Amino acid sequence: MTDSPTSAKSGFPRSFLRSIDPAVATAFACILVLLLIAATTNPDFLSPEYLLIQLQSASFLAMMSTGMMLVILLGQIDLSLPWIITVGGMMSTAAAGWGPWGPAVAIPVGVLCGVIFGIINGIGVAYLRVPSMIFTLGINAVAQGFMIMRTGGAAPQDMAPDSMHYLATGRFLFGVIPNPVLVWIVVGAVIVFLLRKTVFGRAIYAIGNREAAAYLSGISTQRVVVAVFAISGGLAAFAGTLLAGYSTKAYQGMGDPYLLPAIAAVVLGGTSILGGRGTYIGTVAGVILITLLQSILSVIRIQGIEITEAHRQVVYGIVIVAMLLLYGRGAKVTA
Amino acid sequence: MEGVSKRYGGVNALTKADLTVEAGHIHGVLGENGAGKSTLMKVMSGVVQPNEGRMVLDGKEVSFANPAAANAAGIVCIFQELSLVPELSVADNICISNPPKRFGLIDRKAQRRIAEDALARAGGEDIHPLAPVKDLPLSRRQLVEIAKALVRKPRILILDEATSALTAADVRKVFAVLKRLRQEGLALLYISHRMAEIAELADECTVFRNGRNVGTFKSGTKSDTEIVEMMIGREYSHVFPPKPAPRPTDTAPTLEVRDLCWNNRLKNVSLQVRAGEIVGLGGLDGQGQRELLLSLFGVLRGCSGDILIDGRKVTLRGPRDAKRNAVGMALIPEDRKTEGLMLPMSVRDNLSMASLRRFAKGGVVDRTAENRAIDEMISLLAIKTDGTSVAVGTLSGGNQQKIVIAKWLMTRPRVILLNDPTRGIDVGTKAEIYQLLRKLADDGAAILYYSTDYDELVGCCDRVLVLYDGAVGRVLSGDEITERALVSSALNLGAGAGEPGRPALAGAGR
Amino acid sequence: MTDQALPISHGSDWRYRLGEHYGTLLALAVFVIMFAVYALKYPTGFSADMVQTAASKGVLLALVAVAQTFVVLTAGIDLSVGMILVLCNCLASYIVIGSPVMTVLGIVGVLAAGLACGAVNGVIVIYGRLQPIVTTIATGAVFFGIALLLRPQPGGDVNEDLADWMTGQLPGGIPTAAVVLVVIMLVIWVPFRKSMLGRVVYAVGSSEQAAYMSGLHIRRAKFAAYCLSGLLSAIGGIFITFVTYTGEASSANANAYTLNSIAAVVLGGVSLFGGRGSAVGAIFGALIFRTIGDLLFVFDLDPLWQPLFLGVVLLFSVCLGSFRLFRIRNRLELFG
Repeated sequence: MTDSPTSAKSGFPRSFLRSIDPAVATAFACILVLLLIAATTNPDFLSPEYLLIQLQSASFLAMMSTGMMLVILLGQIDLSLPWIITVGGMMSTAAAGWGPWGPAVAIPVGVLCGVIFGIINGIGVAYLRVPSMIFTLGINAVAQGFMIMRTGGAAPQDMAPDSMHYLATGRFLFGVIPNPVLVWIVVGAVIVFLLRKTVFGRAIYAIGNREAAAYLSGISTQRVVVAVFAISGGLAAFAGTLLAGYSTKAYQGMGDPYLLPAIAAVVLGGTSILGGRGTYIGTVAGVILITLLQSILSVIRIQGIEITEAHRQVVYGIVIVAMLLLYGRGAKVTA
Repeated sequence: MEGVSKRYGGVNALTKADLTVEAGHIHGVLGENGAGKSTLMKVMSGVVQPNEGRMVLDGKEVSFANPAAANAAGIVCIFQELSLVPELSVADNICISNPPKRFGLIDRKAQRRIAEDALARAGGEDIHPLAPVKDLPLSRRQLVEIAKALVRKPRILILDEATSALTAADVRKVFAVLKRLRQEGLALLYISHRMAEIAELADECTVFRNGRNVGTFKSGTKSDTEIVEMMIGREYSHVFPPKPAPRPTDTAPTLEVRDLCWNNRLKNVSLQVRAGEIVGLGGLDGQGQRELLLSLFGVLRGCSGDILIDGRKVTLRGPRDAKRNAVGMALIPEDRKTEGLMLPMSVRDNLSMASLRRFAKGGVVDRTAENRAIDEMISLLAIKTDGTSVAVGTLSGGNQQKIVIAKWLMTRPRVILLNDPTRGIDVGTKAEIYQLLRKLADDGAAILYYSTDYDELVGCCDRVLVLYDGAVGRVLSGDEITERALVSSALNLGAGAGEPGRPALAGAGR
Repeated sequence: MTDQALPISHGSDWRYRLGEHYGTLLALAVFVIMFAVYALKYPTGFSADMVQTAASKGVLLALVAVAQTFVVLTAGIDLSVGMILVLCNCLASYIVIGSPVMTVLGIVGVLAAGLACGAVNGVIVIYGRLQPIVTTIATGAVFFGIALLLRPQPGGDVNEDLADWMTGQLPGGIPTAAVVLVVIMLVIWVPFRKSMLGRVVYAVGSSEQAAYMSGLHIRRAKFAAYCLSGLLSAIGGIFITFVTYTGEASSANANAYTLNSIAAVVLGGVSLFGGRGSAVGAIFGALIFRTIGDLLFVFDLDPLWQPLFLGVVLLFSVCLGSFRLFRIRNRLELFG
């Protein structure tokens, strides 16, 4: 189940079947079932426009889950996601107010801030060997403090410039495909390339499987870990800029609702939370599944009961646990 | 209590082994590394379950699903890999499975008394019962382990190399305890590779070899030489390739080490390995061989001394430096499952792991070149695998080990360090590895080879450095390399003294 | 391995007892110093009211920190403690009310709910063999969802007499909350620590392998740890109801309590790798965490800087353990 296409020699159909991760297949099957169930209540759920809008909102979550997936592949976790999203959103809108060049540098500045926090995460985890769960939690608190400190006194610009708004809501390609979806396709292609074709990608899987063996094979494991956290931070911040562009405004706590869905999407897509195992296509499936689940639950009505955030949370949790019980079980501890 | 007998067999490391232990006796079990002694004990104590065979206790057939069940039946083990909880105190550990209670709560005062009592019986009066186990040196931990076993009031007590880290004075105390237990009617199973200890303690002895019981006899009825013959055995002969004529010693060594010291575990180690030479590392397990190989590979911090490659001094800060073209080192690590391989990853990913940079341009892997090199390696080493995309974990142990070796051969190393590469693999694959090593040497590699199997050192190596307590004790070369010479120098006896005995110093720590 | 028999006199018990409680004592010392500074700088000086305010803020986090401690000792983590707290808060705002008998029954009901939440976590982690992080994130969502179902809007009520008493002072100016906390510790933690159960929990967290080899009941102990964690979170939930007089399903609160509980546990000297530390230390960790904020206040630090400062202090304190890295001589040990 590693992210490795089969060798050229083995036959296509057999190796193709073998390379399908049952978790990924289940996730895609769940997507279909969800859509069909929804369509029985209202055929509009299958309209291209609805699906495109779903893909658009999925692409925000996808940016976060992509970074999270790389971190989880290492066997680590990044709990600083919520406030790095906020940093990305708030710093980019603030940069947009820096005079004539502001709107042009807005997104790069936001992403750069995320990368910096990501690098600090990586240093803490790789070099100081602090468990990622607690270190990224600390960075989350620092990022939060940083944002409160910045906005409280000076009140920098929080409105997204037109460029960001366009990137998040416009439809550049034939006026059909939403821009965030295009961004997702580009980012996804880069990540797939990284994971499957490069030395760096191999190293990520190797470290996630067994860091000691990777180290003894001459891989600079610590540098790889820092780089992955930097990418994760950058992508989270980028998601923040998209979110700010989408709602035309950056605000405190804008990243708070995303931590659980981001992790859930990765895990539902068949990536092992212990690291070393998982495919990007799985994460794509997980992101779409989560987005659809949210969207359908927010529209659907069952016998007059309005489905609220409360139901959504309960269904989320149960679906995740059920999926994990099917695929994510660890080994039994004996001698 | 009537006699106790056990029968079982068929675990991988143990084939149809029989053993009978009687109450009031000490039964010695002898055998080389990997002869199946430890597996035998794990089966008896419920840590692993046998694939076939049965165990009979007091005439009734028994089976143990876990260590708790074995404990309940009165079988207690003192493990080689210690079973102590590091964060808990000595007293907590000694009383861990059945602490004294008052009103349902653990009575710490009573527990302490029990612990002090047990420690005194085991000869560890100097150990403070409140000290956390993680702060104790290995030898003290072993005494705690013995005390812990005593508290459980065992009927059958199994000791697996229980004295390997003890000082001579401690061993005498432990022996006194064991003899008293024998008088009290316990059955004791004493596993050791030290014949002097067995001779002093045991009433009967059983020799194991390759997972089989090759003979049981009354203590004192066989001479040491006969026992050694039984242990070494001659029924399978390793297929060792012929050794070449000794190389001229005036050629410059590929690898030279001068006065290497590390952390009190390596003491002024100096050695030279020339191209085409296989140099063995011998000695009892844990005399610094592993540390020596790791330090050469740049893994250990704070080494002093010089490492020279082709006469040039090199500084190695890690495996990444060591595999550089200018150095060209490769290390086949000790534990292939945790240090050599990523078991869930594919054969291909594992094989190219160390040499990926060779197939990469700007960080992008050239799949065609990679696959070509991998296919070459697979056929060169005759690795049996169902394609290159299956997980390495599904292969047999021998093939896994071949993949570890192949992975490093793909970096085209000039210096190859091997840490016990034939442990736990089948005889056929072993023979292939011997052939391969000789071929690599003939092609110009310098090989440093640590093995716990003396037979291999005799069969494969041009020279053998015997390590003792972190220093090179003796260098054997050519016809000097015999099993007898290896054993006696491993025990640091004077040259020529053939009698294996326990070293006078406490140098046998692991 | 050339260790000689070291002559250790058995009179040196205090050394080992000190070592055993080192983390806890350090947390206590830090707290005492910080609190003393705070009291000195406090505008009205040291007074019962000042202690009262500090206590009611500290006790809440302390309860959640103790809950977290149980699971962390087994080398696990419970990211649902905050959600259980919020759920129990919402539940308590319905049932902890009315006549004394009803109120008591209500409290029992809330405690049972917390226990059940912990049991769900335990069953999934132990028998489902899932990782504690993901499991408790997911079950946390469920618990929070149920809380939202109970209280879509903040509201409800609580037995006010009891609430006033609990958040008030005993004769002599001692805050009731602190006394209640001590009583809870005496009833739950002390027996736990001294029982076989506690022993096995520590053993499992320190080395699951060794615990198994010693024939201990590993699963039972882990399960109990998760249940106790749920129970303590429920007590926290009841207490927060006494403080606020309402039930509110606030995700911000839930997340903050979860995250701060981990911070408190680490500050209190409990090892995230399991097997080391004490709930008493975690309590002082929680009090330290709260006092940092108070200190910033009395030192007139711009309130806008407070969260950043708090974050940096937290980050720094979790890095303290990294000093051990300087002693590692074999780089392979880094990856252990």
